[in-house]
Amino acid sequence: MSDWVYSDAVSWWPYVFILLGGWLPTDVWRYLGVVSASRIDETSQAAALARTIATALVAAVIAQLVFYPSGALADIPTWVRIVSLAVGFAAHQAFGQRILVGIFAAEAVIGLHALAALAG
Amino acid sequence: MTIPDSEAERTSLGWALIGAKGIFTPPALILTTAFFGFAGLCREAGISWEESAFMTAVVWALPAKIILLGAITAGVSLPAAALAVALSSMRMMPMVVALMPEMRGPKTRTPTLLFLSHFVAITAWVFAMERFDKVPRDKRAAFFGGFAVTLTALNTVLVALVFNLMGQLPALATGALAFLTPVYFFTSLYGSARDRSGRLALFFGMAALPPAHWLTPGYELLVAGIGGGLAAFVCGAFLDRRARTN
Repeated sequence: MSDWVYSDAVSWWPYVFILLGGWLPTDVWRYLGVVSASRIDETSQAAALARTIATALVAAVIAQLVFYPSGALADIPTWVRIVSLAVGFAAHQAFGQRILVGIFAAEAVIGLHALAALAG
Repeated sequence: MTIPDSEAERTSLGWALIGAKGIFTPPALILTTAFFGFAGLCREAGISWEESAFMTAVVWALPAKIILLGAITAGVSLPAAALAVALSSMRMMPMVVALMPEMRGPKTRTPTLLFLSHFVAITAWVFAMERFDKVPRDKRAAFFGGFAVTLTALNTVLVALVFNLMGQLPALATGALAFLTPVYFFTSLYGSARDRSGRLALFFGMAALPPAHWLTPGYELLVAGIGGGLAAFVCGAFLDRRARTN
């Protein structure tokens, strides 16, 4: 529990970490939305900036998974992860922005690489 | 899903059940696929299946959860993790603000709306906004609750199940499942971005991570997210202005 990082050394700490680090900072916005529903302009510049930063944060997490993963994801070579995401995105764009098409194309790259590795 | 006019007299329970049936619609099924990936990601992060299921139920928004998992993996301190999650969940507020006037009936109580707001995330929001005009106003809270609570409960159970079944899978399959999440988010956020800045933010946020990882280890998600987001916002506004003047 030193430095307030996640650790399972104390059995209840992971749950407190999830509540304070995940539940509270998420639900507080939902509740604020309910109580201020009549007072917020969704089309304002501030709302647009908030949406853009939120998207970039998720993009940073995507990049972490692609460039610096751990565990089984790290067993897939970095170039395969990059090509897989690129091919998935290209397929998504080419076939009417269907998310499932993107997912299948990306997974096909990982599958093909695994087959090639087995054969080689 | 079509709702005949003759069924306008349906009870709240009836509307809740119609909502619950919505878990078989394509957006709900795609989200469920993403939760298979999330279970894989939780395993990778080294948390237990109980913690994974708990996180699914109490946070629910998938971007917030993968940021929280990223913070756990990177060994980020609780305040920094909470700040990153708070920035990502800020989106919830305008979403809820847009949903409330549609969902509030003449007799809907605020505590009910506060409870239901916990189940607001991208999928449930889109589902409700698309279908509310076919639901009588005083039954909309029941309809939304039927869909959103069922979707959350189902995926919580699923995360627990998939997490445990994955112990039997070879590492490659676990890795392939975990990779569902980045692909799902990249494509769904690109498709649902309302403006140029939103699409730029995906590329800028990704490009900003490696330098942030190197320069500010432990805060890389926050630095790349805020830096990439600001850059995308300024660039998007600049490109929009140029497109307008040309």
